[in-house]
Amino acid sequence: MKKIISYIINRIITALLYISGSITSIIVILIVIFLFSEGAGMFGQEPTEKGFILAVNKTNKVSHLSAEQTKLIFDGEITNWQKVGGKNDSIILFRMDNITDYFTEEQIGENFEHLPACISKVVDSIPGIIAFVGKTYTDKNFAGKELKVDKLTVRDFLFGQLWFPTAHPVAVFGALPLLLGTFWVSIFAILFALPLGLATAIYIAEVANPVVRNILKPVIELLAGIPSVVYGFFGLVVVVPFIQSVFNLPVGETAFAGSIILGIMALPTIITISEDAIRTTPRSMKEASLALGANHWQTIFRVILPYSSSGITAGAILGIGRAIGETMAVLMVTGNAAVMPHTLLEPVRTIPATIAAELGEAPQGGLHYESLFILGCVLFLITMLVNLAVEFISRRNKRVAS
Amino acid sequence: MTKRILSIVLIFSLSLHIATAQKIKGSDTCLPLVQKEAEAFKKKFPTSSITITGGGSGVGIAALMDGSCDLSMSSRKLKMDEKLKLQDAGKSYKEVIMANDALSVIVNPANKVTQLTRVQIEGIYTGKIKNWKEVGGDDLAIVVYSRESSSGTYEFFKEKVLMNKNYASTCLNMPATGAIVQSVSQTKGAIGYVGLAYMEGDVKAIAISFDGKTFVKPSMETAINKTYPIVRPLFFYYNVTKEKTVKPFIDYILSAEGQAIVKQIGYVPLAAK
Repeated sequence: MKKIISYIINRIITALLYISGSITSIIVILIVIFLFSEGAGMFGQEPTEKGFILAVNKTNKVSHLSAEQTKLIFDGEITNWQKVGGKNDSIILFRMDNITDYFTEEQIGENFEHLPACISKVVDSIPGIIAFVGKTYTDKNFAGKELKVDKLTVRDFLFGQLWFPTAHPVAVFGALPLLLGTFWVSIFAILFALPLGLATAIYIAEVANPVVRNILKPVIELLAGIPSVVYGFFGLVVVVPFIQSVFNLPVGETAFAGSIILGIMALPTIITISEDAIRTTPRSMKEASLALGANHWQTIFRVILPYSSSGITAGAILGIGRAIGETMAVLMVTGNAAVMPHTLLEPVRTIPATIAAELGEAPQGGLHYESLFILGCVLFLITMLVNLAVEFISRRNKRVAS
Repeated sequence: MTKRILSIVLIFSLSLHIATAQKIKGSDTCLPLVQKEAEAFKKKFPTSSITITGGGSGVGIAALMDGSCDLSMSSRKLKMDEKLKLQDAGKSYKEVIMANDALSVIVNPANKVTQLTRVQIEGIYTGKIKNWKEVGGDDLAIVVYSRESSSGTYEFFKEKVLMNKNYASTCLNMPATGAIVQSVSQTKGAIGYVGLAYMEGDVKAIAISFDGKTFVKPSMETAINKTYPIVRPLFFYYNVTKEKTVKPFIDYILSAEGQAIVKQIGYVPLAAK
């Protein structure tokens, strides 16, 4: 009887474990599918605001523009059609609100019933015009020519240098500054955290006496438990003014501030994993080295570090992964200007910060929304590569050990 | 016995909930105001129940589309995209202005500059003016702070002050108004824009002129009498079919009592009709 009950309980527990395992994997897979499906619709669309078109005079030779050109035209940076492949004529901007400059309100009509005709007349009469008008106001008799804006491509997205997702009339999605900003901050964070973390790990594992070790270890693990927004706040109030005054900069919110904060945040990961790796060095190896006459430091550098190198690398890569995906702290200290990074002492904008800051107000299902999901996919691919690298290295570690 | 009483109370309170509950969602700018209004409203009508969540104007409007909220707060007008979507979903909506919000342009207190024209501000934010000496200040690089591109404040400032031109990409985008105040107060060459309600501490407001002649400092008085130019409306949007549910609360906000709370929070009340 007892046997049967314990058998049943065993089966139930096995089933529960099996169910929770499969639920977790299904959730992970669903999240990934969701991420990619939400972002998938972005490419191949025209970046013009929905419900609007760009129109030019019939005599205009220009038939299509890139998104960046359109943005520069509407910002008043490009003022002549010659620059975008047209004839030598100055560009005149026209938005719906400008209609009152050309017609009185009576001419437009009380319920805007003559508006389409008025717009058509304006576009027809000015050869250099570029008009940004609602589709509903351009009927069959519309005298202008619709201007095509180049469709979004993967290449433009990954290598474009302008990130203006809410620009009117045409949004510009160039994610290169964001990609580089993410790498820039993460790489310098790791350059700062790796030597420091490694030194601490060696100290804790090999040098420190047990009392110091018992104090240091929990303190470092505590670092991992501090919420990232607290790190961000600390960065904004302490690190940012400090950097500003030390380097005599006009502004302290820089990639450097982000790197320092991320470095501090990556430290616990690096220290804990490297320390574990160092501790796994077999006692026999250490003793053999000491017996051959090597002193403690020689043993550390010639025997222990080479033996645990793959574990240390795994720790460093996981630290990088943490830095790449970190959002809140970076959002608060890097200034978030979407410019191509040139030096460390300039504001940058990272991918996670962009997603966190922009998703709240992006119209759901719109182009901007989808572009943020694509950014999420890019981030996912990067961290997946990082994790695969860890897997590869620790597998090599096992082979070496056996 | 106690169980039965408990369940009766539970059912009773639930049915009460259904009768007068309304869900409000949207702009984080409107959130503190609407929360305060809801508290006062609940004190006056104890049976009413109002749930308010933030998330941003876009989130509120999306919730209005799928019907998961009754009233959406927005610090910007509906975008064409959203209007078309509401139309496609066959929903007719109504727009109500609940209050106004004024934006002040702030600089570090150490800055000599006290007034700017709209054209100068446009130059600064589009990256054409890069040094304070070009607008009558010291020889100091200008550090331009802006809100995130997703915020209603960003759109409004762009429309009203930059005349729809895009911000320079060198602008520093801050996630929250508080962060702008903090950064401007600790950066000598900084310029930023914040809601009138956030004007506090170690920052200096700039007098602004749109015509190049009369400069007006932002304050509650100049914002109410519309002499200060950078004022924006805060909106409610709701589905026409839900009008019965949301009307009492909206009427309360628009009443003299509600508008007094608007002023108390630091927003600009609507001009008395």
